[in-house]
Amino acid sequence: MTASAALLEVDGLRMHFFTKAGVVKAVDDVSFRVERGRILGLVGESGSGKSMTGYSIMGLVDAPGRIVAGRITLNGVDLATLDDAAWRKLRGNRVAMIFQDPMMTLNPVLRIDTQMVEAVRAHHDVSRASALERCREALARVGIPSPDERLRNYPHQFSGGMRQRVAIAIALINKPDLIIADEPTTALDVTIQGQILFEMQRLCRETGTGLIWITHDLSVISGLADDVCVMYAGRIVEAGPVDDVLDRPMHPYTRGLLDSVPSRNTPGRPLAQIRGMTPSLLALPEGCAFRERCARAVDECRVAPATRVPAAGRALRCVNPVA
Amino acid sequence: MLAFTIRRLGQSLFVLVVMAFLVFLGVYAIGNPIELLVNPQADDVERARATAALGLDKPFLEQFGIFIARAAGGDLGRSFVYNIPAIQLILDKLPATLELAAVAMVLAIALGIPLGLLAGLKPHSFIGRSIMAGSILGFSLPTFWVGLVLIMLFSVQLGWLPPNGRGETVLLLGVPVSFLTLDGLAHLAMPALNLALFKLSLLIRLTRAGTREALLQDYVKFARAKGLGPGRVIGVHVLKNILIPIVTVIGLELGSVIAFAIVTESIFAWPGSGKLLIDSINQLDRPVIVAYLLVTVTMFIVINFVVDVLYSLLDPRVRLGTVAAH
Amino acid sequence: MRVATAESPPPAARAAGAESPWRRFAAEFFEARLAVLGLALLVALIAVAIAAPLVSPQNPYDLAQLDVLDSKLPPGEHSSTTGKTYWLGTDDQGRDMLSGIFYGLRISLAVGVASTVIALALGLVLGLAAAYFGGWVDAAIMRIADIQLSFPAILIALILLAVLGQGIDKIIAALVTVQWAYYARTVRSSALVERQKEYVEAAKVLALSQRRIVFRHLLPNCLPPLIVVATVQVAHAISLEATLSFLGLGLPITEPSLGLLIANGFQYLLSGKYWISFYPGLALLLTIVAINLVADQLRDILNPRLKK
Repeated sequence: MTASAALLEVDGLRMHFFTKAGVVKAVDDVSFRVERGRILGLVGESGSGKSMTGYSIMGLVDAPGRIVAGRITLNGVDLATLDDAAWRKLRGNRVAMIFQDPMMTLNPVLRIDTQMVEAVRAHHDVSRASALERCREALARVGIPSPDERLRNYPHQFSGGMRQRVAIAIALINKPDLIIADEPTTALDVTIQGQILFEMQRLCRETGTGLIWITHDLSVISGLADDVCVMYAGRIVEAGPVDDVLDRPMHPYTRGLLDSVPSRNTPGRPLAQIRGMTPSLLALPEGCAFRERCARAVDECRVAPATRVPAAGRALRCVNPVA
Repeated sequence: MLAFTIRRLGQSLFVLVVMAFLVFLGVYAIGNPIELLVNPQADDVERARATAALGLDKPFLEQFGIFIARAAGGDLGRSFVYNIPAIQLILDKLPATLELAAVAMVLAIALGIPLGLLAGLKPHSFIGRSIMAGSILGFSLPTFWVGLVLIMLFSVQLGWLPPNGRGETVLLLGVPVSFLTLDGLAHLAMPALNLALFKLSLLIRLTRAGTREALLQDYVKFARAKGLGPGRVIGVHVLKNILIPIVTVIGLELGSVIAFAIVTESIFAWPGSGKLLIDSINQLDRPVIVAYLLVTVTMFIVINFVVDVLYSLLDPRVRLGTVAAH
Repeated sequence: MRVATAESPPPAARAAGAESPWRRFAAEFFEARLAVLGLALLVALIAVAIAAPLVSPQNPYDLAQLDVLDSKLPPGEHSSTTGKTYWLGTDDQGRDMLSGIFYGLRISLAVGVASTVIALALGLVLGLAAAYFGGWVDAAIMRIADIQLSFPAILIALILLAVLGQGIDKIIAALVTVQWAYYARTVRSSALVERQKEYVEAAKVLALSQRRIVFRHLLPNCLPPLIVVATVQVAHAISLEATLSFLGLGLPITEPSLGLLIANGFQYLLSGKYWISFYPGLALLLTIVAINLVADQLRDILNPRLKK
């Protein structure tokens, strides 16, 4: 069945921050695959480790953080074997990233054309004119009109949605195999959000680019992704095809997330919520990290559950699942 | 942009007039104006004559008006000591001071920004910490003491450099400059270094702080995510962002360098307007003091104004305004 | 399968529980060895300055104790009359340099601290007034402060002294004039931030007198940045006074600060008698460096933006 090897394979990834206050296990034994042209949703609240997973794949983890274990393989290449020069050839070229707030990610004092052309010329030895041509194409592809004029603008002259489109254009400009999008629509209006989601989906289908969409918003994932991984306190607690997981969640946390989405509750009744608060990563409870907030916790939960495969294509870290 | 410029120009002129008024007030109300403007050795007859001639018996505001009118025409009185117009005396000495200030500024920038950048990129390394320690030292050392030590070391002990005076000059566009001759450079070395030290330390600290803040910003991560090499990330992305506040500071500090030159010129007997001021204060040559004040204040106001305009030109957000189009 | 009841959420991850803010402050301060060094040095210098008459080998301003035959002796030489060692040499009047430095330190520190304290008080009052009353009071005070701050301190001080003449009170006046604007600006911006906060509204609603609002509420919150500015400014004041004295415009010769001592010795520099200028300069340097080290660490601790 697997004629094509997976585009991206993450296996047992562990990334820790070594701070003065203690060791923070930001990413704790995370494993998943992304196939070509497929969209993976990485869902979790802040501090769940989803963004850090993205940075780890890009090799952008800075001190005091460090990858301590695990393997990341892109197109068959083990990323741990890469030196700085090899990483630079990869970033922006075979794997690209889109960040959350485009006002902060685009350099406010440089023109758009400068910032786009440098992305091209970092990886291809082409003339500035030919690079500019590619930029125009990229801008057109993300639906920005009058690209010539726009290229000479500065970031603050764009609206939020436009800026994010520019960031997407930059990500796509070298036709990468994989794009990692870290909450790219969180800072935008809902209507713009919808547009961008649609565009991203279309672009990925058209170009066969793999996409990892990192978000805290389940409703975004349901319309966009093919597969989903739910993260909590640095671990993947549940994974599988998106419709499957959303219709038949097994992990109590996933269930809790779904229940707390307002549209699912009968109007007039109090909103369901997951009681308690996310624990600080410096003081995780022993065993399952969700144990202290879980209505279904049992004694066995004091031992950290291993990942099981309860059904075809599903993964689960729970000894007392919902289904 | 034009409206902004005009507004700033108006403000500058206002400040200039206010300062002139304050100087005038200081001279005529606090000090004894006759003492200030008449040779202290004059006898009573001469004083009476001078009083009438200088209009000191007229009402205060009228005197101020005359003062402004004369000043605008460039007449700021005659030096008691040299008996030439005060303004000419000052303008004669000004090139020496400006040369010293300019060389010091260039030194401070050429050394300060790279060192600060380095300290910001590797803050916890040995070299980063040494640069910071050095900058604290440079910041704390009183300028005149450093000058002293420099003279002790390079003139007395080693005998490499001359301890005072200005070197040979050549004419550049009609203005005598000394940095184009070897002898001139030898004389410039210590005073310029002395003057530059404080600003150098300031620039190092500023650049370091700016670099550290810039490195935490998302656009640096994004630039790296695009696969850009560290040279470009730092040399273009970071540098352009930190240069804007630094340029502003440099502009504002330029005036302060000219003022601090007073001390350096005294130590190294550099024949500039600062030394002239100190000599004049000690010799009670009051018209020169007043003239110096006015010239300096004008210079400052002009510098501040130019810096303001430059800043708005450099920062595209200020220059172009936020035009959020769709 | 038993279903255990979920426990209450774990306590917040503060390793040491609630620490008193002073203890934490002290802990953070002493983290930097340089700052501790600076503090130790500063304490030593202040102690010496206060106790100058007690620790100095000689009172250099008591003419009866001087012997002009001992003038310009290099460091380490002995007095021909009393046999005492002049550890740092003597100046042109036969005064012991070490003693001169102790007494000079006294004056330098006294002038620096006095002018800072007065400037602080003045700036505090004006800054608070500007922030609290707003409107034209604010505009007037800030305009004046801005104009003054755009001119270098040394220029303003020079001109003031040229007009006013010499004397310790005049130099303090000049230093205060030069410094008040920093404090006023710092206090005003802190106070403006605080003023927006709700507890001021609450206090107003409770009809507390204006004075009470300002003193009990606004003031304590404006203090931290002020402390940092004041510490640095003491060093600046000392440095400025030394510079002015060096130029001959500061203190009269009967009350020499370190700056004047340095000026005295300057003329002997080229003939190799460096100690008359050098050692007072060194003392000045140590004082300023010590203050700056302490101030730097204070600033790092009290700066919220660098707390990551």
